[in-house]
Amino acid sequence: MGQIPSMAEENMTPSQSITLRIAKYNPEHDSAKKFMDFTITYERWTTVLEAILEVKKHFDHSIAVRYSCRQATCGSCGMIINGKPRLACFTKISELNSNVITVEPMNNFPIIRDLAVKFERLFDTHHKVKPYLIHDDTEITSDTKEFLQSPEELEQYIQFSNCIKCGLCNSACPTMATDSSFVGPQALAQAYRYVADSRDKGKDQRLKIIDDSHGIWRCHFAGSCSQVCPKGVDPAMGIQLLRGYMLGFRS
Amino acid sequence: MTNQDEHKEGIGGMINPRRYGIERVAYLLMRLSGLGLLAYFIGHIYETSSILKGEIGWNEFLEITQTTEGHAILAIVIAMCVFHTVNGIRVMLGHGGVGVGKPARPDYPYIPASQNIRHKMGIYSAIILAAIAMLYGLAVMFGE
Ligand code: HEM
Ligand code: SF4
Ligand code: FES
Repeated sequence: MGQIPSMAEENMTPSQSITLRIAKYNPEHDSAKKFMDFTITYERWTTVLEAILEVKKHFDHSIAVRYSCRQATCGSCGMIINGKPRLACFTKISELNSNVITVEPMNNFPIIRDLAVKFERLFDTHHKVKPYLIHDDTEITSDTKEFLQSPEELEQYIQFSNCIKCGLCNSACPTMATDSSFVGPQALAQAYRYVADSRDKGKDQRLKIIDDSHGIWRCHFAGSCSQVCPKGVDPAMGIQLLRGYMLGFRS
Repeated sequence: MTNQDEHKEGIGGMINPRRYGIERVAYLLMRLSGLGLLAYFIGHIYETSSILKGEIGWNEFLEITQTTEGHAILAIVIAMCVFHTVNGIRVMLGHGGVGVGKPARPDYPYIPASQNIRHKMGIYSAIILAAIAMLYGLAVMFGE
């Protein structure tokens, strides 16, 4: 029992307050984004998403924000936090080292309202690269139990299968900033994920899909996608490895 | 859909070099130096074509490069040339998948392997070599 008060004391840093600046915009009747400021208190562990929900609960119920898992798994809560795309549920206020936290809808995605953006195009480009195993004999015959894979073969793509389709990479990408037809780092990383899978036979099909005027060649290897990815996918690596196949540097 | 509806970041966001490290600075410098060299190349063809006007026309044109402004422009061209070539070699290697790291199970805090020290060194070398070449050029041109 004696331990409990001292532990509590250690964790009891007095709660501090910051200004949370939230972008408000309804494309149906607003001509431009407006910002609303709220003063909120936070603890060391408070996330930006929790702060936004706090504002919704006590000050402005109308703020539109999308979230679900609150643990960097569903990919719903991407937004621009202090200038960079981040997951609101995976970003602690304390790690931002700022007295003002500005949250805006993600760039390069059409705005639904306030912080919520449309994901249709992200999902379309994701689909376009055939994000599933392509195999002649998909039906398992009686003598094969499963498609075997060694741990080394797994290592080739497992990193890229971490993608949660949050779209942060597409929001940071400099090509996406001016070309909305670009297939984008998210889809290109997924093309690599399947091409690198030893069970997959769809390499030629996929390379053909991304060998397009708005395809892989629009990537300039600026690497911003990899810097913002919250799951360590490193799309820039996948894209360059993919291009390595196409240029004949790799087989 | 209009640009406003698409909420694209636009050219301002594309060229902003402040948010995503030295790699994004290199991206911007590569574009600027590429376009700068293209402009210089076109100007260069125009300039050298003045030889068709004979020796006098050629010499008159050449005098432009002897002015202070001419020296300054040439110094910038030297820097662009060196940066574009050295960084161009880095980018071409990267595009071929060279030096971008190996796929591996990622761990928090998820430092991306493609944004590694080899490529950063490549970028810093390109900038430093460009600066040295430019200073050398300036010393030669103004030191006459
Ligand atoms: C040895 C010399 C050169 C090398 C190694 C080189 C390499 C490259 C590379 C790899 C790119 C693509 C960069 C990217 O994907 O972001 C590029 C772009 C470009 N280069 Fe060069 N280049 C060289 C010389 C030149 C010259 C002499 C000119 C002009 C006449 C030039 C003009 C351009 C232009 C306009 C671009 C496009 C810029 C952009 O859209 O980002 N380059 N260069
Ligand atoms: S690659 Fe990373 S940043 Fe891009 S959608 Fe997937 S998880 Fe998000
Ligand atoms: S709420 Fe699911 S990723 Fe943030």
